[in-house]
Amino acid sequence: MKRRTESASAIVRRLLTIAVQDPQAVASLPERDLDLLLRLARRVRLLGRLADRLERTQRLVQLPSAAREQLKSSSVLVQARSRVARWELNRLAAVFRESPAMRVVLLKGCAYLAAGMPNAAGRLFADVDLLFAERDLEVAEQRLISRGWHGTKLDAYDQHYYRVWTHELPPLVHAEREVEADLHHNIVPRTGRLKPSAALLLEDVQTIDGGSLYRLGDRDVVLHAMTHLMFDSDMADCLRDLVDIDDLLRHFSESKSGFWDDLLDRASELDLVRPAFYGLHFAHVLLGTPVPDAILRRSQKGAPWQPFEWVMDRLVPLALFPIHPDMRSRRATVARFLLYVRSLWIRMPPLLLVRHLAYKFYARRIRVSPGRRSVPDAGSAAKG
Amino acid sequence: MTAVALSRRTIADIGEPEFAARLARQGLGVRIGPFDVKLRSGVRTIDSALHRLYRDYVLLDGDDQVFNIHLRIVSTRHWRRPHKRMVRLLVDGRAPHEDLPLDQALAVLEWGLNLAIALRSHSWLMLHSATVERHGGVLLLPAWPGSGKTTLCTALVFRGWRLFSDEFGLVEPLSGTVAPIPRPMALKNASIEVIRGFAPGAELGPTIPNTRKGTIAHVKAPTESIQSSSKSAAVRWIVFPRWSAGAEFACEEMPKLDAFTMLATNAFNYEMLGESAFIAVRRLVETARCFRLVYSELDRAVAFLNGLADSK
Repeated sequence: MKRRTESASAIVRRLLTIAVQDPQAVASLPERDLDLLLRLARRVRLLGRLADRLERTQRLVQLPSAAREQLKSSSVLVQARSRVARWELNRLAAVFRESPAMRVVLLKGCAYLAAGMPNAAGRLFADVDLLFAERDLEVAEQRLISRGWHGTKLDAYDQHYYRVWTHELPPLVHAEREVEADLHHNIVPRTGRLKPSAALLLEDVQTIDGGSLYRLGDRDVVLHAMTHLMFDSDMADCLRDLVDIDDLLRHFSESKSGFWDDLLDRASELDLVRPAFYGLHFAHVLLGTPVPDAILRRSQKGAPWQPFEWVMDRLVPLALFPIHPDMRSRRATVARFLLYVRSLWIRMPPLLLVRHLAYKFYARRIRVSPGRRSVPDAGSAAKG
Repeated sequence: MTAVALSRRTIADIGEPEFAARLARQGLGVRIGPFDVKLRSGVRTIDSALHRLYRDYVLLDGDDQVFNIHLRIVSTRHWRRPHKRMVRLLVDGRAPHEDLPLDQALAVLEWGLNLAIALRSHSWLMLHSATVERHGGVLLLPAWPGSGKTTLCTALVFRGWRLFSDEFGLVEPLSGTVAPIPRPMALKNASIEVIRGFAPGAELGPTIPNTRKGTIAHVKAPTESIQSSSKSAAVRWIVFPRWSAGAEFACEEMPKLDAFTMLATNAFNYEMLGESAFIAVRRLVETARCFRLVYSELDRAVAFLNGLADSK
């Protein structure tokens, strides 16, 4: 009955919200909904998380075998990637052990994993993100290069782009293990609107399990997750990143009294009140994160101009949640395009942006032939 | 919905028009070995070939079920070459590779299914192997592209072996048994004529020239292999085949350690599965007889393998 009137995007939101907030309830979904949910969750990299939660509550056995199979497969994938990540961190720690003065701070996924944060369970590891003091960055890069890491093929423009305008070096890849390491000196691009102080972030780092690797302080871990999602991405299919924020907020607020106010104080110190507002707001609205009312009110200080907030409220969910795989959505396409434009806008001043886009257009359309992906690469994994 | 009662229906039970209509609209549910697949196609030119190649598979009639894989191909055009029709593969709405010429649609669909299986079936240890069965024992033919794996597999299937797959050895890591996933076998280039000569009864799909793997033609999987595709079996022989023009026939039993190394490196997802893959591969080489095979004449290789299977 209900299905008839429910729009495609409403179904998508309903199913993924169940998967995130109440994973056990997934076991009692009608099979056609479960079928769609598995496809959606895979798209937004939440399948491993769902598998983890269902496994832990022994609900996996209640699912039809085609669903169990996919969830089990995603668990295997997550475990394999976590194994790769742990070994990579072990190797990185070995490289930097000789110079204890140089602190290696893990960011994002590898920090969650190494520190055993709750959102790490079932989370698919992609690459290693490291934060160094800017003065150490060059030495760190050289040391990795001398130990088997190498730069990826980038033209002179891209090299320049990374080194001068962004907050990270061009990615390094280990020659044998092929894991990418991104070396950062801050959490937002140099050219961006926000100017958090890297020195403040580094002051508050914590060692992980007493070892030689560090992570950001609790508040900064959350603020970084918010800043990354709202100010360093176009948000398309990034629901997982909002789930990270939700998990982290619940985790830290439960284990520490006064966390909420501390978080907002820290956001002011770091010039991150806008991402803090957005992060709290969307986690609360879309995933039901239990943010106290007083904190929501206080975070309003970081809210944008009201019409803009109204627009963001409409656009952001259309980007974070995936598009129904069998139905086109013009609204979502437009929303995603607008947020993509926003992501460029907030990353660079206008003149630089024009210059950058002009170069990219030239490079893509004129200098090299079209076609970003090549068939042999995709096919060779599967077919001989 | 009496999905259970209807589940024995095969693709042949719905005629080609209904088959085409489902592909075009709500999607066609089909059981291929252990996988329930939903196919959609916007390319009408291959309906007839697809219907012939897939007519023996179990039709999944109901909509209220979980599918392992959703695959779709659509006809499209590139904005720079609007006169040229292309085919795009979509897995869950996303294109894993660039568009290819429309006349390769059938190959794109088959490759796409291989790709989707290889990327998301890590509950299995997936060997890159032709797999056939005789007298209840499975013969694995693990090999890299160009070694004549599909040709040998097709030849065996027309000399009394049951087809499991010309591409995948799906090993259940805990039990070590192999699950059949009989699919159309993709012959390439010269082997198309070789098989036409070797097995005149083989039913071939259309010949597709100029693909990235050369000319391709699909051989329909035998009806009996498809009908018994729910029956797994244990591995009895592992033969690493290599076709080499003019080569002297040679087949020797090989040390288990060599077989282990070759089988482990042959798997699509050995590292992904880690310890359970190690255990599964070890058990396979311990319980099966392992051979290295070099041949140039198909008849000779087939006769040898038949003799091997029939000797006990």
